[in-house]
Amino acid sequence: MTPRRLLALLALCFAGFAPLSAGAEPRTIKLLLSSEPPQMNSARATDQISIMLLGHLMEGLTRYGQNGELIPGIAESWKMDDQRATFQLRRGAVWADGKPVRAQDFVFAWRTAVDPKTASEYAFILYPLQNAEAINAGKLPTSALGVSARDDLTLDIAFEKPCGYFLGLTAFPTYLPLREDFYTQKTGRYGADASDLLTNGPFKLTSWVHGASLILEKNPLYWDAERLHVDRIEIPYITSDPNTAYNLFLDKKVDTLGISKENLDRAQADRLKMKAFADGSVWYMDFNHREGRVTKNYHLRKALQLVFDAKEYVSRVVGIPGTKVGVSLIPSWVPGVSGRFRVEFPLTPTKPDIEEAKRQLELARQELGGTIPPLVWLTDDGPAAGRQAEYFQYLFRTRLGVDLRIDRQIFKQRLAKMTAGEFDIVSAGWGPDFADPMTYAELFTTWNDNNRGKYNSAEYDALIRKAQSTADPQTRMSAMAAAEKVLLDDVGIVPMNERVLIYAHQPRVSGIVRHVVGPDPDYTWITLSD
Amino acid sequence: MLRYTLKRLGAGLLTVYFIATATFLAMHFVPGDPIAGNKAMRPEIRQNLERMYGLDKPVSVQYVVFLGNMLKGDFGISFTQPNRLVNDIIKDHFPVSALLGVLALAVASVGGVLFGSLTAVVRGKLADRTVMFFVILAVSVPSFVFAALAQQLAIRANASAGTTLLPVAGWGSLRHMLMPTLVLGLGTMAFLTRLMRSSMLEIVNQDYIRTAKAKGLPTHRVFFSHQLRNAILPVITVLGPSIAAITTGGFVVETVFSIPGLGRYFVQAVQQLDYTVIMGLTVFYGAFLVFMVILVDIIYGFIDPRISLTKAAS
Amino acid sequence: MNVLTRSDFEPVPREGLERGPSRPSLSYWQDAWIRLRKNKQALVSLGIVIALVLFTLLGPFLWREDPSAPSLSRISRGPSLVSDVPVLPELAPFQEEILPDVPPLPSADGASLGAPSKLEWLEPPTVQAVRMRWDAVPGAAGYLIYRSQDPPTGGYFGLPVGTIEAGNIVSFEDSFNLEDRKYYYSVVARNVSDSRQSITREVELSPGISLGDAQAIRPDAKPGEMVHFAVRPFGTDALGRDLLARLMAGGRVSLFIGFFAPLVALSIGVLIGGIAGFAGGKVDQWLMRITDFVLALPFLLFMILFKVMLGGGPGQSGISAMLIALIALSWTGVARLTRGQVLALRESEFVQASRLLGARPLYILLRHLLPNTLGVILVSFTFAIPGAIFTEAFLSFIGMGVEPPAASWGSMCNDGINTFLIHPHELIFPAVFISVAVLAFNLLGDGLRDALDPKMRSVE
Repeated sequence: MTPRRLLALLALCFAGFAPLSAGAEPRTIKLLLSSEPPQMNSARATDQISIMLLGHLMEGLTRYGQNGELIPGIAESWKMDDQRATFQLRRGAVWADGKPVRAQDFVFAWRTAVDPKTASEYAFILYPLQNAEAINAGKLPTSALGVSARDDLTLDIAFEKPCGYFLGLTAFPTYLPLREDFYTQKTGRYGADASDLLTNGPFKLTSWVHGASLILEKNPLYWDAERLHVDRIEIPYITSDPNTAYNLFLDKKVDTLGISKENLDRAQADRLKMKAFADGSVWYMDFNHREGRVTKNYHLRKALQLVFDAKEYVSRVVGIPGTKVGVSLIPSWVPGVSGRFRVEFPLTPTKPDIEEAKRQLELARQELGGTIPPLVWLTDDGPAAGRQAEYFQYLFRTRLGVDLRIDRQIFKQRLAKMTAGEFDIVSAGWGPDFADPMTYAELFTTWNDNNRGKYNSAEYDALIRKAQSTADPQTRMSAMAAAEKVLLDDVGIVPMNERVLIYAHQPRVSGIVRHVVGPDPDYTWITLSD
Repeated sequence: MLRYTLKRLGAGLLTVYFIATATFLAMHFVPGDPIAGNKAMRPEIRQNLERMYGLDKPVSVQYVVFLGNMLKGDFGISFTQPNRLVNDIIKDHFPVSALLGVLALAVASVGGVLFGSLTAVVRGKLADRTVMFFVILAVSVPSFVFAALAQQLAIRANASAGTTLLPVAGWGSLRHMLMPTLVLGLGTMAFLTRLMRSSMLEIVNQDYIRTAKAKGLPTHRVFFSHQLRNAILPVITVLGPSIAAITTGGFVVETVFSIPGLGRYFVQAVQQLDYTVIMGLTVFYGAFLVFMVILVDIIYGFIDPRISLTKAAS
Repeated sequence: MNVLTRSDFEPVPREGLERGPSRPSLSYWQDAWIRLRKNKQALVSLGIVIALVLFTLLGPFLWREDPSAPSLSRISRGPSLVSDVPVLPELAPFQEEILPDVPPLPSADGASLGAPSKLEWLEPPTVQAVRMRWDAVPGAAGYLIYRSQDPPTGGYFGLPVGTIEAGNIVSFEDSFNLEDRKYYYSVVARNVSDSRQSITREVELSPGISLGDAQAIRPDAKPGEMVHFAVRPFGTDALGRDLLARLMAGGRVSLFIGFFAPLVALSIGVLIGGIAGFAGGKVDQWLMRITDFVLALPFLLFMILFKVMLGGGPGQSGISAMLIALIALSWTGVARLTRGQVLALRESEFVQASRLLGARPLYILLRHLLPNTLGVILVSFTFAIPGAIFTEAFLSFIGMGVEPPAASWGSMCNDGINTFLIHPHELIFPAVFISVAVLAFNLLGDGLRDALDPKMRSVE
């Protein structure tokens, strides 16, 4: 390679990496991302990282506050009933280029999100709006969507059905506003680079070097800019290796750290100040209920459930302190009518009972013609998944004599098998999209494509439909609680655990807010003490 | 020589074509849906996405379309990063991988030739056994471990010095390149060491070496003009494909040291079944590899006078 | 100086001169065998290889531990000797203490909150569970319970083992991975501003084992009896499985794949490279372009393809599929190296001589050219072994190769990487075995090369 070529290569490498001066005046926090955000178009974003970034760059009608409560965002006030809602936008909320945020921006964004041409995977989150589902199916034009701008600062919404949790949805990224002139001018490249994004939130995206780094800077035009005590969010590293993240944290190059299970002992040895965060996701054994599958047999499922000791599993196999035993489909954090759903609708968890399990297995054996064939356990390719699968393999083999075959597949192949039903048990989890039991409850209806095991119960379907047809909290919650009971009595799934994440941060940072729903983590409330 | 080169380039293009075709077929045969995500999709949305990516047409038509685009140099838009052109991905990340790869290979070659020659000369003695021990170690332990150990070293060095001597991760300055280069080049250096040693050993006892020494040539002259030049042939053979492999295959090093290189993209693309990125990177890598092989073959002729590429066996 | 006489110039009679050859005429192979036998290093390494094979084949008969039996009370322990532990009585279910007259979520200001004034154990703590209660802090909206292994100082409390989200619940049961050691528990109000407002209490747990875990070892175990923890010379892995047994079981796959995959791949590669280098011209071009083609294919993609085409479903041994896949994609390197060597030697005098004597090309290739390329071949072979072992481990992630719970040395390394800074034994032992195997094959290869290399034939 000629010296000139080498120089050109070097220049190319350094081009995007403006050296960041240490000890600069702007109050800065440094973070690490586990992967490159695929795209920043709020109408199409689906992954946690893009959602977290959008939560800092943009603002919708509402946002989440320090204690997880919904607080006004662009909307100052609102009125809501079963059929319609009206949101009053505040004066003074502007886009990064100074133009005001108007109701028309929300109308355009929501229409874009349900537009079948946009092909947004989260379009379903807009279905409470009138005609949204029909538009998304291509049956109506986007102008038929039940949202309109009465004037620049007033947004009128019409609901398809009463929706008890709609306010929480307005904080969801798919509901973020988009300005039509900027968006269409970008002709399909909206959100591709820092210059292709128009933001209205607490921060602006000033630099995005793909695969390498991002820089967010405080937006002085943000209507609530005074509450921000941090000027810059730098993301100098993008790596999926938890050890690298740990080392960078020790080297004081990043200010926060997600601690993996393997690094917990190291964290104790290094005396890191750890915090636990229950991220609201629930993990369970999903059975295949299709015709012809062994797991369609109730007694077999019951036997497998009775032999499972969740406490031992959580403590020894999952290995993350604070992990809650999975009691049901709907985890413990979910709000109910006025308090916690689990407190208002208590459940008695199933206790492990080996004798009863053996009896159930015998019943299953008789119904299945004498023998139980080996069951296929489908899981992903991570180390935790392997440990988990081998634990269950040993458990079922020694306590029940049931043979478990482990099928490890990478992401796409696993999805393909789940959709095609090529499994008996799949290790699955679900994280919430909004703060209401419905985000979990509708998973096992026959019309939900996420119901990969194809669990079908007319009773369950009827109860969920009932819950979806009213906005009255008591009726809805009772219906969902009843549906939950149907699912658990039927052993449609076996809940395993509710996930907890352990994280740490440098002492100079305080005020990191974690959210179960919505952009997580939230750094807009932090203060730095140096 | 010119005719030979042109013939080789022509054959190379044909090879790249076959590589592209085989990969295309393999990609479509492998089960899995490139568009499927964790959340199930409405059938109408699916159809729209398929139309957007041209996946709604039969595979044979897609193939023809792909070939046409490839000839124009257009590899399309990534499925997983729907706002980035595959060409941009290559343009942004290949230079990083290339630099890392070239440096790693330079270190590996120099080290390999050096240690290989050294151990050949002192064969059987302590130095030979020590180097052999390290070579075995380098190859029996996954490179992940060396990367993690290197980071540990960096942390302790930084802590005791009070400032950042060696960055733990990242890319952008010479200091950033030090550890990743060493870790990436380690395996190849071990291989080249043994290869060089074996090659040297065959030469060291040859008559013409004895003659050269008897003639009174100084040791370094004997070494460079005679021993090295004859022994280095296998090393050159290995270097050609190595540069291509290291440049796109530095997945582990890129992940651990947070380097924005092409290796990570390639692995992720296969895992996510990102058709366009897989095809683009495969064709690019294939072309690069073929080119390096041609280069190496031409160098053969210059280095070793015994070799005549154009003559067939009589 | 000798004085020469006339008799010195008389012609010597023929008889009596023939003393016969100084040594028997040796064929190439006989000579090689003699040289190999004399090479002490090679013999030792041959012995090591045999020892490893015996270790994996006969070992399980002598060391009868189940390599796939988890022992969740002994996760990731280092090498340990025999120990006896008492079986603990079964735990009664834990009753949470909820104070009736305290509001669950008061809205007190965090700055006014202090530390709980008392922290006590509800019953004697054991490795089964540590149950504690504390006095409520007025205005607390819940409590955080931490556990550390050293005294908490400077705001460091240890692992967050519990989060209580209501101010009127003042008890907690910790059963997370307890071991027989000293622990320091700290309780802090959840909404406190000053995190130093905590109460700490230390406890030392004695060895013990729960009834369930004990019955997994000995089904008739009862509380109060002692149960025997067998010796673990190499420690246990993340699920508590015996590493020695796993090394024995895993060695079978690793040695088999590690030896045969490179052997077959190299044979193919050497033949192709040799023919290409010797024949030259069009044959060379075609063979080398095929080599380039295989080299450039994306490895992971084709591995998945092979798995789909060749492998069975889960549960069927994927070994043969993986063997085929490994061989199909790894013969290229040695093909190129061999070709290079053969190209260089093609015009040598001994080859020309052989040709002049009428030897057929195949004979020249096999008898003359290839033995002279042995150096390169053997180096490739010894480096292909760990390559095959680690590729096999990597492929087990996508479901190829050994079927869980069976392990291989490579997959054990992969598992051990994650924790090697704290539990190095999980990585070190399999890596040592791989190193020893590679070293042994390497030295054996060196010895073979010395023995088979015609340039080094004995010259007496």
